[in-house]
Amino acid sequence: MKTLIASLATVLLLLLPGAARAGTVTVKGSDTLVILGQRWAEEFMKKNATVKLQVTGGGSGVGLAALVNGTTEIAMSSRPIKDAENAQLRARHKANATQLAVAKDGVTFYVSESNPLGALTEQQLRDIYLGDVTNWKQVGGPDAPIVVYSRENSSGTYVFVKDHVLKGEDYTASAQTLPGTAAVVNAVAKEKNGIGYGGAAYAKGVKELKVLQGKEAIAPSAENIKSGKYPLSRELYFYLRAAPTGDAKAFLDYVLSPEGQALATQVGYFPVK
Amino acid sequence: MQGQGFVGPAAVAPRLSSAARRRQLREKAIAGVITAMAFTGIAALVLILVFVAREALTLFLDAEARHEASPSKMFLPQVVRAGKPTAFVWQPVSSVPKVSMIPLFIGTLKTTMVSMLVAVPLGVAGALFAAEFAPRRLREVLKPTIEMLAGIPSVVLGFVALMVFASFLQDTLGLGSRLNALVAGLGLSLAIVPVIFTVSEDALTAVPRSYREASLALGATPWETAWKVVLPAAAPGILAACVLGFGRAIGETMIVLMASGNAAIVSASLTDSVRTLSATIAAEMGEVVSGSPHYALLFFIGVELFFFTFLINMVASTWTRRVLKRLSGAGA
Repeated sequence: MKTLIASLATVLLLLLPGAARAGTVTVKGSDTLVILGQRWAEEFMKKNATVKLQVTGGGSGVGLAALVNGTTEIAMSSRPIKDAENAQLRARHKANATQLAVAKDGVTFYVSESNPLGALTEQQLRDIYLGDVTNWKQVGGPDAPIVVYSRENSSGTYVFVKDHVLKGEDYTASAQTLPGTAAVVNAVAKEKNGIGYGGAAYAKGVKELKVLQGKEAIAPSAENIKSGKYPLSRELYFYLRAAPTGDAKAFLDYVLSPEGQALATQVGYFPVK
Repeated sequence: MQGQGFVGPAAVAPRLSSAARRRQLREKAIAGVITAMAFTGIAALVLILVFVAREALTLFLDAEARHEASPSKMFLPQVVRAGKPTAFVWQPVSSVPKVSMIPLFIGTLKTTMVSMLVAVPLGVAGALFAAEFAPRRLREVLKPTIEMLAGIPSVVLGFVALMVFASFLQDTLGLGSRLNALVAGLGLSLAIVPVIFTVSEDALTAVPRSYREASLALGATPWETAWKVVLPAAAPGILAACVLGFGRAIGETMIVLMASGNAAIVSASLTDSVRTLSATIAAEMGEVVSGSPHYALLFFIGVELFFFTFLINMVASTWTRRVLKRLSGAGA
């Protein structure tokens, strides 16, 4: 009798996770979005106890690849989906990706707090990241070599900077690639000759460079990013394989609700509406 | 053997009791299970190699992949930007993918070299001390402590390299970049010292006592005995230890991923950032869509790592055999 009960209990235990998984929505991708995604998921699950949301990072490319491979329902991305990725999605799932802008963000360039420079033009940033400028002296700073930090190529921010700052050209080979924006911020905080980039929400312990346009230095402030005046502002997206239904739709509705958007502001991003 | 040869099985059978026969059967069954287990290991190795190689095969079969990552693009210098000299560049996600393996080879070589330069003298000297000179009490503490170092997860070692070594080396040497081959190599050496130490120590203690006694009786000092008799006698084992360490250093991923800076630079300087083969797989595997040229390329790197370890093992085993032959030849 005892063994019977024990084995029944074992079978039940084995079935439990399967039962729990029925209501699980997986969200995966952009490291820029992962903190916000987790906050949204937490708050949403507080209200809807039956739904389980699983939010993981890895980079926009990782999320979109997982969407194509069918291992996640929602992909977070800090860049628009590439044509090639959409073509793969069409080939596998017979539909275009459904795109949903969920928040706004500004990409900022960080330098060490001890760096006397406060603003650079887009052309100067481009020269630094292409490797044409290798000393701070060349852009009006102290005589010291520039240590360039970049993100792994799975990052959406990597692609954003490549498209908008480097105009599609390749980063200098001597750019050190680090996993995650937090790692970049950490490295720049410790490296007095360093420069890095990432979402505006992450800049702690580093100086955010303003972007010089003509005579005006535009700071990556809330209103400049919301209005789009700051040249490196961007939208952050959720992607799905098809129009959202069920739990996923409820979650997305929450994300776009005034409450969800207020949460975005709290974390350091900006509302889409 | 001899007994079996002269008493045929037919003659033996009636003399065996049923209990003995059962025991014989059981022995056979156990031997079978053990053989099966041994072959499972071999089968796993072959299956992994087949799987990795099959995924990499796309590189040669698929026209798009063949164009994007041809051997000439992997191993010869390429035009990177118009008007600039050709170079070796690893930039697989680009409008025109550049897939040179050279910076990755150089990166792997640099970190491995640094770690071996640090770990081999440390590990072997430590083993020699523990085996020949340390008082028994000290050895009983020393050995398990160093062996425990082997159990530390590599991500922790990477963390130490990233936070402690990097800052220390930058402050003392005034390095241009915090994360570089030197820092990653030092982190790696932490991981392979215990491997080299343990295996070398076993090889040293396995040297017959009579060698030491003969040496001491001939008037050699303990140091001369250790250096000129015990160490050479244990050479094949120490060599094996170094090969094991080398294998671990070349394939170790987490430490180099965290502490090397991951910039694919072609240079001879140890204080430049490097990107290694294994770290490249770890950093990029997550983003690639299965079946794409980039995906096949990462598997190709896996094949290369496989190939290097095989090569090193092969060279080492022939070398060990030669050393053994020389030693036994000298003894005869």
